Amino acid sequence: MKREKKPVINRALPGNESLLRQLWNDPMGRAGMIGVGLVILLAVFAPWIARFEVGKMNSKARFAAPNATFWFGTDNFGRDIFSRIVYGARVSIIVGVVAVSIAAGFGYLFGLIAGFFEGKAESVIMMVMDIIFAFPHILLALFIVAVLGKSIVNTMIAIGIVNIPVFTRTVRASVKTVKSTDYIANARSIGLKKMAILFRHVTPNILAPFTVQATLALSGAILTEASMSFLGLGIQPPDPSWGSMLSDARKYMEQAPWMAIFPAVFIIVTILSFNILGDALRDVLDPKLKL
Amino acid sequence: MNNLLEIRNLRITTLRGKSKVLLLDKVDLDIPHKCSFGIVGESGCGKSITANAIMNMLPYPLSISDGDIRYDSRNGEVELLKLDKKAIRAIRGQEISMIFQEPMTSLDPIFTVEMQMYEALAFHHPAMTRQEMRDRALEMLHRVNIPRPEQTLASYPHQLSGGQLQRIMIAIALINDPRLLLADEPTTALDVTIQAQILRLMNDLKEQNDTSIVMITHDLGVIAETCEEVAVFYAGQIVEQANVMELFHHTAHPYTLGLLQAVTSLGGESRMLYTIPGIVPPGGQWSQGCRFADRCARCTERCREAMPALTEISPGHKCRCFLNSEEVEA
Amino acid sequence: MRDYIIRRLLGLIPILIGISLAIFIIMQLIPGDVVSGILGIEQTPELRAMWEKKLGLDKPLVEQYLTWIGKAVTGDFGESFRTGAPVFPEIMSRFRISAELAIMGCIFAWIIALPLGIISALKRNSVIDRVVRVIALMGVSIPNFASATLIILFLAKGFNYHTPVKYVGLFENFGTNMEIMVIPAFILGSVMAGSVMRMTRSSMLEVLRQDYIKAVRAKGAPERVTIFRHAFRNSSIPIITLIGMQIGSLMGGTVVIEQIFSIPGLGQYTLTGINQRDYPVVQGCVLFIAVLYVVINLLVDILYTYIDPRISYN
Repeated sequence: MKREKKPVINRALPGNESLLRQLWNDPMGRAGMIGVGLVILLAVFAPWIARFEVGKMNSKARFAAPNATFWFGTDNFGRDIFSRIVYGARVSIIVGVVAVSIAAGFGYLFGLIAGFFEGKAESVIMMVMDIIFAFPHILLALFIVAVLGKSIVNTMIAIGIVNIPVFTRTVRASVKTVKSTDYIANARSIGLKKMAILFRHVTPNILAPFTVQATLALSGAILTEASMSFLGLGIQPPDPSWGSMLSDARKYMEQAPWMAIFPAVFIIVTILSFNILGDALRDVLDPKLKL
Repeated sequence: MNNLLEIRNLRITTLRGKSKVLLLDKVDLDIPHKCSFGIVGESGCGKSITANAIMNMLPYPLSISDGDIRYDSRNGEVELLKLDKKAIRAIRGQEISMIFQEPMTSLDPIFTVEMQMYEALAFHHPAMTRQEMRDRALEMLHRVNIPRPEQTLASYPHQLSGGQLQRIMIAIALINDPRLLLADEPTTALDVTIQAQILRLMNDLKEQNDTSIVMITHDLGVIAETCEEVAVFYAGQIVEQANVMELFHHTAHPYTLGLLQAVTSLGGESRMLYTIPGIVPPGGQWSQGCRFADRCARCTERCREAMPALTEISPGHKCRCFLNSEEVEA
Repeated sequence: MRDYIIRRLLGLIPILIGISLAIFIIMQLIPGDVVSGILGIEQTPELRAMWEKKLGLDKPLVEQYLTWIGKAVTGDFGESFRTGAPVFPEIMSRFRISAELAIMGCIFAWIIALPLGIISALKRNSVIDRVVRVIALMGVSIPNFASATLIILFLAKGFNYHTPVKYVGLFENFGTNMEIMVIPAFILGSVMAGSVMRMTRSSMLEVLRQDYIKAVRAKGAPERVTIFRHAFRNSSIPIITLIGMQIGSLMGGTVVIEQIFSIPGLGQYTLTGINQRDYPVVQGCVLFIAVLYVVINLLVDILYTYIDPRISYN
């Protein structure tokens, strides 16, 4: 019965506006969007939301339990945990966005070159990508930071490098698909130069899978940064990071559990929101997988 | 029990969101002993799910909401829908077998043909030895005209062609001498030449055995070649049922007529392919009147208001159309 | 089959060379130079020259690489800057501890994830399915350092229980070793459990609607045969792919978990090396882990061919 008539499905990806709307109409998609949106709002409006200066120490208010002044309590230096969490969101998002931009930029470039020109360029690029892939993610990031030195910039570079291969592969695969379609062949036959073809036809076509990949990579990057900071090899003091806050809290856990609980909750909620959003995004783009 | 299988008042529903949608609507069907019975209709008319219902194997979220199916088994009459899991498993593959549309995907890709044939025996005859199973499997492969049966037994499905796989599926289906074979579009996915071979094989096997066959297809040509009795399904109902000769020569329902016109005759001159305008209304979108009304050239006011009943218009020939009978569905 | 394995092993060589080159090149990026790192403020030209000679830094880069890799192949990873102890034996002894942790983590993950994933697929959209899906989502979304910290906090506050600080080997005292390892292994396995659960569910659902499952049922198969012999074996193919990919994050996880629970494994050794700028240790650990990762993935690939006859060895 399946074989008799197959309805023609429009395989074109929905436009951005309808994509957002579809996500919003899905309960999980909506939950993910709200979660991710809140974190981004925290990051963008941190100076207005935070109640204290982020590094401000208060020796009289060390280890204060959550109260009306210090909503999430204070840490071992008497710093307001709420404010540090708010600024921590900013650090997470900035590191995530910059790292993903590095990864996406290089991945896009390498993917285009590999997919379009094939031959030697392709095998060299893919070989390098395979090698990067051969390292466990966080280990390579730690290694790069170990060599370059601990700093926020090096953290972003390390996470960026680690994420390049995923983008290269996505872009290369899309380029190959697009290349095999007729209109590229037509463009060639009317004499467009290779590079012109590249930008005019391939780029808009790979935008959709690229966006999905970027969203997924962002949550991965935030997670990697938090793990690295937790290990003391990511964001360095006095910059606030959820990972390092949680790590610091371990020493004072029994006297000030709030030092651990709030950063942990924010990390979990953020990653959870991104994962829910990613799932919903995948369902919208590929309904076949929704079971 | 006079017949091998009697279906009464069968209704099948599916879930769409949270609401139930009817897919098969009060179907009555009798399959006589030693008969080849055709069920014909377009996709979505309910013919395949009827076969799955007989085996009590409806896929989620489909379910039987009403009706009963009685079957004259070797051990006496049983009500298939009321059997417990163990009892229905004893029926499947031993009393009633089934073959499917896609031979390429109907065998498990990670096991050899041998293992999958032995399995069909072992489920029902756990005491059988390996040698006995091998002998039986080879015998069946011979009967379905598989060249080099020994080699085929050791093969994996991906190493065989669609035609060979469908022969193997038939061999597996018949390995326990079932009394009823449900063939769900067995030739649709095959090449035209292979189709003819498979149909011929099924006809031969039918001659040799006492097996009744229910042939489910969208192709009246297949029905003409293999069946004695035919039921035409449309939108979850039977619209016409008769002996094959009667149906082809005294077609009563406009839908059957449309199907006949749509069959391409290979020998004829090339002409525009006839198609019935419109599409089958899917479950949940059925009107209260005749469900074919929107696509019928001879539709009247009455057809839209009331549902014609399936009535006997001549001995053994039933039709659901106001052109033949004024009777209204209760 | 043997030819296939040999061919795959040969294919490993360029990747291994690539890995070692990558590590060597990254090591060249150390700002300043290694020797000033070691010497700190007590720099004299004589000391400097001595160290450079000792480390072979006075030779051309190509020679440095070849010397390093030549020694590494024979199991000589150099000596620690801090302790002077050879790195390779230390890696091997710590690897046993990490392997125990990782294997226990995997076992936990599979014991939890496979049955739950299967049940979830079989009882699709039921209450059980919903609960399993939430658990799986939690598993993949809660970073192991966060769950570890919260669990330690919970045990300390709720039960006044503290995990043993001093490590005891598996063969010294099995009971104490288990007490040390069980919680870390459980946390380490939780991320893998979440993703394996999701993959098992979706892969089972995909397989369960295949024609051959219908055909097996039509033969009169008991449900357990349909589910385990046919559906689960077929779904295990993508699950194994996923497990292969997850091995990397599991290895990364051991670094974090060993740090939190003070388990003297390879991850902790690597991290100490990084924090102390002990480059031979870092270089050796990274090389060892990367090679291990590649080899495990190769084993996973070979495992496929046993399960799926469609994969041709040619």
